[in-house]
Amino acid sequence: MITDKTTLWIVIVLLGAGTFLIRFSFLGLVGSRELPEWLLRHLRYVAVAVMPGLIAPLVVWPAATGGNLDPARTIAALVAFAVGIWSKSVIGAILGGMGALYLLLYLLG
Amino acid sequence: MHISNSKSAFWSGFRDGSPFILVVVPFALLFGVIATEAGLDLVETMSMTVMVIAGAAQFTAISLMQDHAPTFIVLLTALAVNLRMAMYSAALVPHLGKAPLWVRALMSYFMVDQAFAVAFKKYEEMPEMPVRLKVIYYFGSLTPIVPLWYLFSYVGAVLGGQIPPEFALDFAIPITFIALTAPIMRSLPHFIAALVSIIAALALVWVPYNLGLIIAATLAMISGAQVEVWLKRRQA
Repeated sequence: MITDKTTLWIVIVLLGAGTFLIRFSFLGLVGSRELPEWLLRHLRYVAVAVMPGLIAPLVVWPAATGGNLDPARTIAALVAFAVGIWSKSVIGAILGGMGALYLLLYLLG
Repeated sequence: MHISNSKSAFWSGFRDGSPFILVVVPFALLFGVIATEAGLDLVETMSMTVMVIAGAAQFTAISLMQDHAPTFIVLLTALAVNLRMAMYSAALVPHLGKAPLWVRALMSYFMVDQAFAVAFKKYEEMPEMPVRLKVIYYFGSLTPIVPLWYLFSYVGAVLGGQIPPEFALDFAIPITFIALTAPIMRSLPHFIAALVSIIAALALVWVPYNLGLIIAATLAMISGAQVEVWLKRRQA
C-alpha cells in the first residue's frame, strides 16, 4: 500500500511535468536537429532494458506468496511472454498470462 | 480515404486511431484497478492518469512506490520508461515543426504511443500533406483513444476496491509489463538487453534504494547497443 501521500503527489506532478518535457523536447525546444547515431542506438533499448529488470524480482519473489517462488505465477509469466512474442499483441499477452494464472491457481491451489 | 480538407483529415485520423480502442480500454481499466488496490484514491488516480497519460510509466511508478523506493528513483525509472518519446518528438519535427508553438505543446501533451505510430506512418506516406491537415489528422487519431483512456481509468478506479483477492491482481503488474515488453522484442539485441536486465536486476536486489534496477537497466541498454554494433560489423 502507498501511504505516503506527500511523496505520491510529488511523483504525480513531477512525472507529469517530466513526461511532458520529454514529449515536447524536440518538437518544441530543440527543433530540427539530427540525433547522433550512438544516442539513437542506446535509446532504442531503453524500454527493454528497464521493464524486464523491474518485473524480474516481482516474478521470482512474489509478495503475495511471502516472497517464495510460486509455480503458478512463474508459469503464468512465461505464458504471457510466449503469447506476447508470438501474437505481438499486448492485450493478448495480458489475457493469456492472467488466464494461465487463474487456471494454475485453480489446479494447484 | 482521400485527405483534401479539415474534415477528411480529421475522420481519416479518427478511423486510423480507432482499432487502438481495443488496447486502450482494458489497459486503462487495469491501471485504475491497480492504482486503487495500491492505495490511491479516485482524485489521485485520475490526477496521475490525466497529468502523465503514459501507462507503462504510471505502472512503473506505482510498482516502485509500493516497494517504498526513494522518490528520486521512482521518478528516474518511470521517466526512463518514457524516454522513447524523445525519439517520437524528434521524428515528428520534420512534419510538424512549422505548426504554432501552442499547437506543438498540445500535441506533445497527447503524444501517446498509438497516436505517434498512426500519425508518423501517415506523414511518411503523404509527406506533401499541408501542416494544418497533418495537425488535424493527429488530433483525429487521438479522439477515439485519449477520452477512453481517461474514462476507463476512472471506471477501473471505481471498481478497483471491489475486486476480491482471489483474482490475484497482485500479479497483474508483472503480467502487464511482460505483455508490454514481449511484442517489442524485435531482434537479437533486444533479447540480449532484456536478458542482461533480468540477470543484473536479480543479482543486484541487495543494492539499497532500488539503485540495482538503474544499474541493471544501464548495463542492459549498453549491451543492446553493443550487440547491434557487433551484428552490423559482422554483416559488413
